Amino acid sequence: MLSIEKLNEISSQVRRDIVRMVSMAGSGHPGGSLGSTDVLVSLFFSEMKHDPKNWRRDGRGNDIFFLSAGHMSPLFYSVLARSGYFPVNELGSFRKLGSRLQGHPSVEKGLNGVHIASGSLGQGLSVACGAALAKKRASDENSVFVLIGDGESQEGQIWEAAMFGAQHKIDNLIAMTDMNGQQIDGPLKSVMDLGDLDAKWNAFGWDTFTVDGHDKEKIIKAIRRAKELKGNGRPKMLLMRTVMGKGVDFMEGTHHWHGKAPDKAQTERALAQLKETLGDF
Amino acid sequence: MKEIYKNTGNKDTRSGFGTGLLEVGRRNPDVMALCADLTGSLKMDAFAAEFPERFFQCGIAEANMIGVSAGLALSGKIPFAGSFANFITGRVYDQIRQSVAYSETNVKICASHAGVTLGEDGATHQIMEDIGLMRMLPGMTVINPCDYNQTKAATIAIAAHRGPVYLRFGRPSVPNFTPENQVFEIGKALRLNEGSDVTIFATGHMVWEALVAAEELEKTGVSVELIDIHTIKPLDKKAVIDSAQKTKAVVCAEEHLVAGGLGELICSVLSREMPVPVEIVAVDDRFGQSGTPAELMKAYNLDSSAVIDAVKKVLKRKL
Repeated sequence: MLSIEKLNEISSQVRRDIVRMVSMAGSGHPGGSLGSTDVLVSLFFSEMKHDPKNWRRDGRGNDIFFLSAGHMSPLFYSVLARSGYFPVNELGSFRKLGSRLQGHPSVEKGLNGVHIASGSLGQGLSVACGAALAKKRASDENSVFVLIGDGESQEGQIWEAAMFGAQHKIDNLIAMTDMNGQQIDGPLKSVMDLGDLDAKWNAFGWDTFTVDGHDKEKIIKAIRRAKELKGNGRPKMLLMRTVMGKGVDFMEGTHHWHGKAPDKAQTERALAQLKETLGDF
Repeated sequence: MKEIYKNTGNKDTRSGFGTGLLEVGRRNPDVMALCADLTGSLKMDAFAAEFPERFFQCGIAEANMIGVSAGLALSGKIPFAGSFANFITGRVYDQIRQSVAYSETNVKICASHAGVTLGEDGATHQIMEDIGLMRMLPGMTVINPCDYNQTKAATIAIAAHRGPVYLRFGRPSVPNFTPENQVFEIGKALRLNEGSDVTIFATGHMVWEALVAAEELEKTGVSVELIDIHTIKPLDKKAVIDSAQKTKAVVCAEEHLVAGGLGELICSVLSREMPVPVEIVAVDDRFGQSGTPAELMKAYNLDSSAVIDAVKKVLKRKL
């Protein structure tokens, strides 16, 4: 297992990738991507059982990860490339005509690591329920992970899946919510408050864990605990408290960088705050 | 025609689906079924009873059912998701679009109670736009069988087809007239009668109405070619063009809106490849209403006499 120090180095490079991809494309979603970087780096580089070189869409024999909040594609693509799913240099094609790295993840052009298209919100948790059920029926002991957004949780389908997961005792499903408290039109509380998400998921019959989404030790501990509880008949929800735009001072804690690319000067200012640890693409 | 295609007794097409599902479930352990609180209506109860571990009750939550189906499919399973046509197309269009069609997941979307023959429940439940909605989706196969035997055969056939499929069937008991234990060929139009004066392309419940119309017309000396278009997408273009070239007059019949339906589709092919006059027997820009299936078919001009009228009209327009 990699040390926390090493994981932090990867996070720094992933954040550089995110800023550079969005900047080079002139569009994309840096805020949520930067906010969930520590969560996905902890998952992909420490806790997830996966085999990037022998990836299969059906995920047989490995854990599966779904990104439901598809706009976090810069983060997803960087983590996949840095894990070895596809060449790191391909990150430069993000959002370009003909690229496998579509604005939001797709499977049409066959990008290893992407199991389902996402972007239209609220669908990934249902898909994850189906994949987790398939694993259970195939006696595959591995887990299914899915990342949703807190704003995304305003979609009714999320709560349909919440009921389904509990009803069918999908205890090999570990869902994570990126709780950055922001959405396109402003702070979540002023747009459409979700109230107490911990109480809500508990009431729906899920095991919940509230986690500091930037503390890798705590993230790893929570994922391990959730995996240990497989077999208890309840799906798991990790509520990751994050800061949107984390790591780039002028993007932190605001919805303004949800879906906007930095200009040249802003890009330089952002990259000055993020150490190049693994080599830029 | 009359010898081969005889009504062997009325049956509902949804029961053909239920029987086919059970049969294919016995043959293939990867086949799974999902339903949103309409298991009895969809005739999925026999499958659910025999394979409880492969049946997933989803409750009244169709959007989630489509997503779960996509997750099962990408994991190598063959999910058949069932509900009323309205609730499993229009209500969940974006879920089908992103998680099934665009994601190329092997999901079978199984729609019962399609069209106006759903009957007394009225327009809230009677979708007549579903063929259009589904055929607009890139990569989606759209199948609308005409009777019990064909629906059963189609259900078995789509399990072996890799890719998303929309299978449309209905509620009422209607004549069962195609052969028992037929092999269903996706994308292959089925010629029920050879003729030379006019071609009727019909789909779903309208195939029987067209058959009755053809018999009547032949008595008056009109030679009718009748083709069952059970697969709307991919359309058997060759069969359509060849027959139009021969008869030079076409009538299309379907229990659907004109907009997005079979008639429009055939017109788009013929206008480019073989322009001939076409009449369309379908519902023009209106919703359904309560009534018995038979009353509604008549009220909405979806019966054999409407087909006969359309044939007479198109023959007058024939050059």
